[in-house]
Amino acid sequence: MSCRGVLLVHIAEGFLPVGHAVAWSAVSLPFVLHGMYRLKSVVRRHPETRLLLATSCAFVFVLSALKLPSVTGSSSHPTGVGLGAVLFGPAVMAPLGTMVLLFQALLLAHGGITTLGANAFSMAVVGPWVAFAVFTLCRKCRVSLMVSTFLAAALGDWATYLTTAAQLSLAFPDAASGFAGSMLKFGAIFAITQIPLAIVEGLVTALVIDLLSRYSSRELVELSLLKERPDEELADHDGNRPLDCPSTLGGA
Amino acid sequence: MAIALLIVLPLSAGRDMRFAGADGAARDQVTAIAPAYKPWSEPLWTPPSGEIEGLLFTLQAAFGAGLIGYYFGFCQARFEREKKI
Repeated sequence: MSCRGVLLVHIAEGFLPVGHAVAWSAVSLPFVLHGMYRLKSVVRRHPETRLLLATSCAFVFVLSALKLPSVTGSSSHPTGVGLGAVLFGPAVMAPLGTMVLLFQALLLAHGGITTLGANAFSMAVVGPWVAFAVFTLCRKCRVSLMVSTFLAAALGDWATYLTTAAQLSLAFPDAASGFAGSMLKFGAIFAITQIPLAIVEGLVTALVIDLLSRYSSRELVELSLLKERPDEELADHDGNRPLDCPSTLGGA
Repeated sequence: MAIALLIVLPLSAGRDMRFAGADGAARDQVTAIAPAYKPWSEPLWTPPSGEIEGLLFTLQAAFGAGLIGYYFGFCQARFEREKKI
């Protein structure tokens, strides 16, 4: 199974016309730059979370490398950006995600350099932002941490794919039905295939967050995901304390 | 548990399907929509074979998993140590 000239999740090398490739790169660049700036500030303000940050990056590495079969008979891979987006906010995921994409493009011929901008936009910008937005909304509605994470990661994953489908549709509008027609076709390929994968990603991410809340609660408090409560009665049977929205972290 | 099931089910259900990447389908779609389109650049380097590609993917996953494992090990050790205090 070769990745040459194929469009797994990410758009393969050369498969986006020059104009589009340049345009998407231009769109992604400010996000990546801003993300690098935010990365520095996060590390400065919460130095003890550095290892967790590295772990979030590792999570993207792992999930991006796992090709999973899907019910439609094709395979694809989840993105893994949901975890970092929920923990650190979506901004920092832009440079981190781009780094993983670059690595994959160079060493695995998966994705591409010309299409790095477009792929970064879908996986390192849209994905994390959607995940973060969903997470914040859920938390505001007092949804539990695990369910919020599940929804955030799953929908973020799905959003990444829909964005990829849209990018392809913009570049290759159907001769007869234009963008919408292409979107239906590309969307059908990506979106349906991704449903089980997005669910898997959601579950895995929620699991990791749960583990983190147990063993790494200190860092999560630091990141305003967990709130330290003095009275133990408020903890539920799992020992999880009521949680707070990350109001100070993330966002633009 | 549920995750393993989600992965095992399609594998067992679609035994006859080839499980090519969603890519193949997407690429065909591109060709169907714009037959005149030709990729204008090639990857700088491609893995010499499917197996090597598999190796690289595995290495990527292993590296990431190692880091994650290290982190959780670190947290566990810290947890245990602090329990004693």
